[in-house]
This record gives sequence, C-alpha cells and structure tokens, in this order.
Amino acid sequence: MSEPTRESGAPLLRIERLSLALPEGADRLYAVDNVSYDLTAGEILCVVGESGSGKSMTANALMGLLPSGVRVAQGRALFDGQDVLAMDELSHRALRGRRIGMIFQEPMTALNPLMRVGEQIAEVFEAHDLLTPRARKERALALLEEVRLPDPTSALRAYPFELSGGQRQRVMIAMALALEPELLIADEPTTALDVTTQAQILHLVKDLQARRGMAVMFITHDFGVVAEIADRVCVMREGKIVEMGEAREVLDHPRHDYTRALIDAIPADVVAAVGRPADVLAAVERPGGAIPPQRDGTQSTPLLSVSGLDKVYRTSGGWFQPKREVVALDGIGFSLGKGETLGIVGESGSGKSTLGRCIVGLNRPDSGEIRLDGVDLSALEGRALRAHRRRIQMVFQDPYASLNPRIRVGMAIAQGPIANGVPKAEALAQARALLATVGLDGGAAERYPHEFSGGQRQRIGIARALALNPELIVADEAVSALDVSIQAQVLKLLDDLKRELDLSLLFITHDLRVAAQICDRLIVMQKGRIVEHGSAREIFNSPQHPYTRELLEAIPGRRDAPAPVTATAGVL
Amino acid sequence: MAYVSLILGRVGKAVIVLLAILVFNFFLIHAAPGDPAAVMAGEAGATDQQFLDDLRERFGLDQPLPVQLWRYMSGVLQLDFGYSYRQQMPVLDLILERLPATLLLTGAAFCISLLFGIIAGALAAMRAKRPSGSIIMGLALLFYATPLYWVAMMAVLVFSVTLDWLPAYGYSTVGADYTGLAHVGDVAVHLILPALTLGLFFMAVYTRMTRTSMLSVSQQDFVKTARAKGLAPGVIQRRHILRNALLPIITLAGLQAGQMVGGAVLTETVFAWPGIGRLMYEALMQRDYNLLLGIFFFCALLVILFNMLTDVIYRLADPRIKQGAT
Amino acid sequence: MNFFKRFAQNRGALVGLVILGLVVLLALLAPFLYPDSPWRMVQRPFLAPGEVSGFWLGTDVMGRDVAAGLAHGAWVSLLIGLISTVVALAIGVPLGALAGYFGGKVDDALMRFTEFFQTIPNFALAIVLVAIMEPSTFSIVLAIAIVSWPPVARLVRGEFLSIKHREYVEAARLVGQTHRDIIIKQILPNTLSPVIVLASLMVATAILLESSLSFLGLGDPDTMSWGYMIGAARTVMRQAWWLSVIPGVAILLTVLALNLVGEGLDDALNPQLARAR
Repeated sequence: MSEPTRESGAPLLRIERLSLALPEGADRLYAVDNVSYDLTAGEILCVVGESGSGKSMTANALMGLLPSGVRVAQGRALFDGQDVLAMDELSHRALRGRRIGMIFQEPMTALNPLMRVGEQIAEVFEAHDLLTPRARKERALALLEEVRLPDPTSALRAYPFELSGGQRQRVMIAMALALEPELLIADEPTTALDVTTQAQILHLVKDLQARRGMAVMFITHDFGVVAEIADRVCVMREGKIVEMGEAREVLDHPRHDYTRALIDAIPADVVAAVGRPADVLAAVERPGGAIPPQRDGTQSTPLLSVSGLDKVYRTSGGWFQPKREVVALDGIGFSLGKGETLGIVGESGSGKSTLGRCIVGLNRPDSGEIRLDGVDLSALEGRALRAHRRRIQMVFQDPYASLNPRIRVGMAIAQGPIANGVPKAEALAQARALLATVGLDGGAAERYPHEFSGGQRQRIGIARALALNPELIVADEAVSALDVSIQAQVLKLLDDLKRELDLSLLFITHDLRVAAQICDRLIVMQKGRIVEHGSAREIFNSPQHPYTRELLEAIPGRRDAPAPVTATAGVL
Repeated sequence: MAYVSLILGRVGKAVIVLLAILVFNFFLIHAAPGDPAAVMAGEAGATDQQFLDDLRERFGLDQPLPVQLWRYMSGVLQLDFGYSYRQQMPVLDLILERLPATLLLTGAAFCISLLFGIIAGALAAMRAKRPSGSIIMGLALLFYATPLYWVAMMAVLVFSVTLDWLPAYGYSTVGADYTGLAHVGDVAVHLILPALTLGLFFMAVYTRMTRTSMLSVSQQDFVKTARAKGLAPGVIQRRHILRNALLPIITLAGLQAGQMVGGAVLTETVFAWPGIGRLMYEALMQRDYNLLLGIFFFCALLVILFNMLTDVIYRLADPRIKQGAT
Repeated sequence: MNFFKRFAQNRGALVGLVILGLVVLLALLAPFLYPDSPWRMVQRPFLAPGEVSGFWLGTDVMGRDVAAGLAHGAWVSLLIGLISTVVALAIGVPLGALAGYFGGKVDDALMRFTEFFQTIPNFALAIVLVAIMEPSTFSIVLAIAIVSWPPVARLVRGEFLSIKHREYVEAARLVGQTHRDIIIKQILPNTLSPVIVLASLMVATAILLESSLSFLGLGDPDTMSWGYMIGAARTVMRQAWWLSVIPGVAILLTVLALNLVGEGLDDALNPQLARAR
C-alpha cells in the first residue's frame, strides 16, 4: 500500500533497551528486561521462549495491549523511526491494524461471537475510514479467498461459531492482513490448533509473507516452528534475551545451554529421519533412546486386551430437537503386553482420550470387552469393579487441575490406599516414600499443590497413580501442558519407573514427537477408528495410512517441508 | 419451523409450571391450620355458615384428597377462581378489573429500570477507574440496599408532602373525570412516583449487572482483536463489549420481572395504586385467602409470560442458539 | 493472613464491617438498654426526637419509645436474616450438590423443581406462605428460606458441574473413593468461597424481605421489628416523619453494611477470579 520511506537498510522495527515493569508482588521485577533487537522488512523473526519468558510482552507493548499493571520502565520501540511507546493514543490507533497487524493464539475466542465474519473484516477498513461499505465487503471476500478459506462467500455471512478453529485462524489472518501492514505480529497462532491445521497455517503465513514482503514477528515456544519459518531467532528466558542470531546458526550451533535444552527437547533427528534410510536411525538411538529398540509386542503375555469397543456420544436434544451423535470409538481392538509402552496417537476428536477413559473406567463403552489378565472389566460392577480398578491408574493432562487445591500433597497420594482400607498413618508414610521415588523430598507431603511448579505437580500425579501398586498406567496427554524442557524430564521419569516397577504404559498423545520418545508400539487413531498400528520404528519409517503420513508431514521442523520455504529453514 | 417448535416447547413448560402452582395452592390450603373451608373463607366466611357450606360443597371436602384436587383444578381450568365473599365479586372479575393498572405500573417501571440501569452500568464500566464510575456504583448500591416501600414513602414525603409537585396517591385525580388526552396526562402524572420508586431498586440491579458483565467481556480475546484493528475505544465499547454484555442481562431481566410483580404489592400499597398488588394487600388485611391465592396464580402467570418473552428475545439476539436447546 | 489483608484493601468492606458491628452490638445490648418490652407505652404519643429527655428518638403513635423499638428490632432483623439464610443453605446446598454431581435425570428433576421455585414471584410467594401459616417468627423464617434457596442450589450445582470433571475428582474416583467422600471431601470444600459470599448477600436480602413482610402487617405479632415500625408510621407520615425515617435508615444501613461486607469477602475469597483464566 504505502511505499516505505525509510532509507534502505534501516530496520522497520527497532527495540532499544526496552524494560517492562511488572506490578508489585509479581515473581520478578521486569516482564521484559533491557531487551534490544531489530526487524527489517521482508524478514521473519521468531521470538522463542517458554511460558512466562516474557516473549509476548514486547509485542503487546507495541500494540498497546499490555495487561493492566504492566508499564514501560525504560527504552524505546521505533517503528519506521517513530517511538510507538511514546505516541499519543490517536496516532497509535492509526498505526494498529493499518501498518501493524496482529494475530493471536486462541482462534476460538479471538472473534466476536455476535458479529458475522464479513462485518468483522470490514470493520478493519471502517476503523481507518477507508473505502465505501460496499467496497469493504468486496475486499473482505477477496481476503477470505486469499487466505484460502473454503467457500468464502458463505463464510462472509457466517458467525464465528460456525467455523472450525483453523478456519477462524484464517479469518484472523485475513483481518490482520486487510490493510497490507508492513509488520505482522503472530502470537503463538498455531499452538491451539491440531498438527495438520498447524502446518497449513504456518505455510499460509510464510506464503503471504513472501508475496507481500512483510516483516513478521512470530512468537512461539516451539523450535519446530522456528526451523520451519524463521530467518532469525531471538531466544528469551525470564525476560532477558539469552541468544539471538540467524535461524540456521542458532539451530545448528546453539551457544547457550538453555537454547540447547530447548532444541534437544525436540527429538528433531527422529523427525528428520522420516522417509530416510535406516542408517540415519542408527544415529538416533542415543543415550536415553529416542526410539527404543524394536521389540515384538506379541511375544510378551498380554496384560490388557481390548476388543470391539464402541462408544457413541449422544446429546439429548430438547423436546423438539433432533439428537446429535458423535462416534468416539468404533470397533477398537488391540492388546498391550506386560512391561510394554503403547502409544495412542491422534488429533483432538479422534477418540483417543475416550479410549483411555474407557480403559480406566471413567467412561463406559457402549459395547466391547476390556480384559485385564483375562477378566472382562466392562462386565464388572460395584465392589468387584473397585477391586480391579486399583490395577489401572491414570496420569492426567493438566498439572493444575489434577490436584485438589485444598488437600495436602501427602494426603492426595494417600487417599487411594486409605479408600482401599490401608490405615491412615501407614498410607501417609508410604506417600512420603513415593514422593522420594518420583524425585521430590518427603517434606513435600505437608505442602499444598499451589506451592509446586507444573513439572513437580505432574510428578506428584505420578506418585498418586503409583500409590495403589497398579500394573497398568494410562497417561492421557501427561506432558502436553508442560514446557518442552520439563517434558523430557517427566518422560524420562515415566520410562525409568516403568522399568523399575515392571509397569505397562498406555501413552495417549497428540504429539508424535513425544510418542517417539517413549513408545514401543504405536496406534494411530482417526475419527474413532484405528487407522494404523505397528512398532514406533515402522510407523516413523514407513507410514502406511495416508492420515499417518499427513500427521508426520505436518510436524513442524521436518526437513522436507512441502511449502516453498526459503533456504534458511529446515536445517535440522 | 425451529421457532414454532421452540415456542411450543416453551408453552408446554409454562403450562406445567402453572399446573404445579395450582397443585401447590391446593396443598397450601390443606396445610394451613384448621378447616380448609374456613381457611378459604378467612375471617370473612367464618361467621357465615352458608358460605362455608358452599365452599365444602365446591371442594368436596368430604371426598378423598385426589378428588378434591381434581375438582379444584378443573374449576380453575374453567376460569373459576371462586368468589370473594368480602368484596362480593368473583375473584376473576376482581383481578381482571385491577390487572391493567398493574401492567401499566410494572411495564413502566421495567422500561425505566432497564433503560437507565444499562446506561448507568455501561457508564460505570467505561469509567471503572474514575471517580464518576465509583459514584454511579455507590448510588446503585445505596438503592439496592434501600427497602422499596421506604423509598416510596420518602418520595411521597419529599415530592408530594413537602414540595407538592406530584400527587401522593391514586391512579387519577378523584372527581376530576378527565377524558381523552387530559385523562392520559393525569394518569401519567400519577404514574411518575410509583413507577420511579418501583424501578429504582431494579435499576440498581441492572446497573450492577451491566457493569460486571461489561468488565468481564472486556477481558475477552476478541476485544483485544478489536483494539488491534485500530478501532476507536467508543466503537469497541458499543459494538463489541456492550453487545456481548447485554446477553446475560436479558436473562436476568426475565427473572427480575417476577420480583417486580412482588415489589408492586409494596408500591401499590404505599401509593394506593388500584392494581392487583393493592388488591393483594386488601386480601391480606381481610384474610380473604381465596382472593389471595387467585392473585398469586396471576402473578405467576405474568412472570411466566414475561420469561417466555425474554427467552425469545435472547434467542433472536444470540446467533449461536438457532434451536430450542436449553 | 492474606485473607484479612485482601479484605482490608476494600475500604467499603471495612466501613460495612464497622456498621455491622454496631448493629450487632445494639442488638446484643437491647435487653440491657431497654429491659422493658418495646411494646410498652411509656410517654405521650408523637414526641419528636429529643423533645423529652430520655426519649432521644421520640415516641410513636401509641407512645412507645422509638429507640427501644429500634434496638429490639435490630435483634429481630439480624436473627431472622441469619436463621433463614442458614435454612436456605441447608436446602440449597445439598440439592445443588446432588444435581451437579450426579447429573442426568437426578439433575433434570432437581433443576425443574428449582426452576419452579424460581419462576414463582418470590415476594408474592412469601406473602402467601406467611399469611396462610399465620404470621410468626417460624413461618417468616420458613417463608424467606423457601423463596431464597434456589440461587444457592443453582450456584452450588454450577460449581459442582465444573469441579466434578476436574482431574483431581476423576483421580479420586479411580482410586476408589465413595461418592459421599468425593462430594464432601473433594468437591464441597472447593465450592465454599462463592457460597460464603452469596450467603452474606442473602442475609441482606432476607432482612429486606422480613421488613417488607412486617411492613404489610405480616410480622410476628409478638416481636418488634423495623418493618412493622415503618408500616405503623405510614398513615401518620405527614405529622411524624421521624417515625418512618428512623427505622428506614436503620434497615438501609444494615443492608448496605452486609452488601459491603459481601463485596469485601468476594475480593478476599476469590482473588483475581477473572485474571486467573
């Protein structure tokens, strides 16, 4: 739209010694501490960090979207030579949407639920007094076509709730790009999406960036995404920049330990090995084992065998309303050997969580058998069921919701044994021992959950699951809510415990990279059905089902990305 | 089609609630201490054997309970709410005669409270951190904590007794016999104080609710999106925040309608407004329980009609609900 | 510790607490300050406040001491407010807990029942109940409780609905805890904060309801209450304004104080509810 007036070579955005102060009582003084970096036109800068690293704060400051209580303590943010932080509201508003666009993490909530999609896009033009209402509508349609939304004409008239998450994110992108901004800020735009959708959105951003020559500030926690699209990387931790440089340079030769830990947490070499000769795999089997050695699951005696499992969710409508049915499980059958780790992989809605919940007994299948050592659990009731239930325990996804905030950690672990008749004192003593087993000191038993970090809570959750001496542990997305560096530690703990205690593990995840690190065998689920199963090695090397292939290809950071990526990306 | 089935569903539900209220009324009479006939007749009929016998006959008090219930229900379904011995008129006629005044009063109070409540709440939300916002909320809290009947009395004391600006009681000037526009104007003048005092409490409710709702909506992600577009703050407040914040207000308004009919009893008593609230007070004073229960039934009927109305409005306002899901 | 700090940060709540403390003190001291029945006629009627020493709030239509009525009325208001709230909680909490925890048909049935009570105009229902049961402290408490429990049940149900799917509750199910233990030990303690806040506001509403009933002549004929005092003064508003103004201000202050305390409790018990999301 407007020709840049900068002298060539000058950065579009220059952050100079920026510090953002947190309100009093926060865990540190500055959200962002003395941060400086540049961003030139036509460049993609990835700002990487884990939650709480302050990676989004600079972007929020640029857009005037700082949370209340956070204020600029020092520094400047020069956009095209003007300090955005010192601007009056009116000129700042003129900048937002017009020269700087932004997309957010949560597509489900980022659109106004009561306005049609077309109106919301047209609003961008209206905000800056551009075009006639009619022309705005035409442009909105053109934009929806550009972001490749299926059936853009009807999407224009749709309300957000009628679109999927990926489609909404496309709408968000269309809105952000409506006025052809020079700078696009993308704040974790793919985190809330399924892997396949994630890949599509990444390619879309990359593609639009290349065509329009925008500068992109891409905020993410995922080095896989960095490898996919970044020109340059800026790694942040606790408000400070720990490392910055060309994407290839940082990925290949990380100078800082923290960066290395983040990169190592991604089993990138496994991912890179997809579709490559087996000799690469040899390199993969490093200490800790990204893919455990091939093992034939059928040789060990089956501990759990599932057959013909069906489950349909019915929403009972009102008096005059049609009922809706969602098939969650459709004829599921598999078996799990003693001491084996089986991964169940699928996207949201694949039925993988329902399967896990049916096996532990939180949900009841409509039909089918779940046999544990030959006993059909789905046929048991009441006391008999309770006796067997002890043998299968679960580790949950959300470390913040899985512990009762009002019950001390020791008691939380001891509750199970107590409910099963163990005297209280004995159960509490056992709980302390278990805390030691999972790597926490015994004093933790007297404290409340909120005093622990996410990773520590997940250890407590594991200790609770172990308290009843189970034979099988179902881990439902047990590391998905954790930062990548913590993920690796918890996975290692699970793997060690499995060996020490001779447990079997059913590991449910949407993340193939995580599955690769821990599972012997994998089952891939889609829409309630098993579409592929086999050893982890087989599935990574030669996926048979097109859906599995799609899942593997969608993983960010793969070497052969399908989109036209510039030479700097995909260096792993 | 969806709307037809929706409305059918609502009507079905309303009918069930009304039937339940009838059963409730019936058992209330039987749960009361003493002979049900004496309860129905209250003090009025206690001295009149003829009336008591009539009642016993009508309810079949010598019959088993289910039969009595059936007689009572079928009577009401034929719009027979009984006879008020005290007022010498059928209950239904009494109520229908007084109903328009109550509808006028509660309707006016409802509109006033909703309109000004939402405006005040929106202002308070936009100025949440400024003194003007705090002042609005302080006033709202004050009115929220004040007994309705007492506000009414204070209003009479100030505006009628002391300042002599507005009439202190009644529906129209006694003996003036205005017609046409003059009559409308006369009623309007009489309506001002009752409607305002009845509306004040509910205005406070809506103010508080609107503010809370707007503040919580303003935390949502789509408001961030709107700001990132570069929209002016006023547009964001109106188009994005207020519109979303109003949805829960609609539901609340439906629920508050019931309270308003109850509040009308107090307001009408203070202002001698000739509606069913005042009638209820009279029935209380005269222990005319048959009339009391009849009025109670009509109050519930009004509330249900009102809830249905707000329900339909809600569904029109929220595109996410296209079908009759609860 | 933190709780008191957060409560004290709300200045309104502190003011409310002070006012409430004074009202409680007045109620407790009533039998000592005015040992005689507040119904006793002690002086000429219609004495204005301060007109005769010893009657600093004047006398009413029957020559009763307004100050004595005010003190005894404080006791009645607080007592009825508190007891009826406790009764309403005793109805609403278990119903809401069962409905929310078990869901399905239990929930449907209990919620239809709750909706029914919520649909009935609640002041009108209270009038009918008290009138037919004959006015007494018992019938007033019962009537107020019957019209005020539905919000409790809905609140508790909502909390249970959201908490019962928390992973720690599912973990408790998996280790074999009984429904009773899960409801009482796992879920109920986590619903307390909003219930406490609601309860403090319910006491305020109950006091308003009681005064309204008494105003209409449905008070307990044996106890002096603020609402009755205003009702009795209604017809003589022109001659003796203080008879209606004084008890009205008392109600206003008490209800205001309870609301302020409720808001303070909300701040203290549910810190940053919105921000936590």
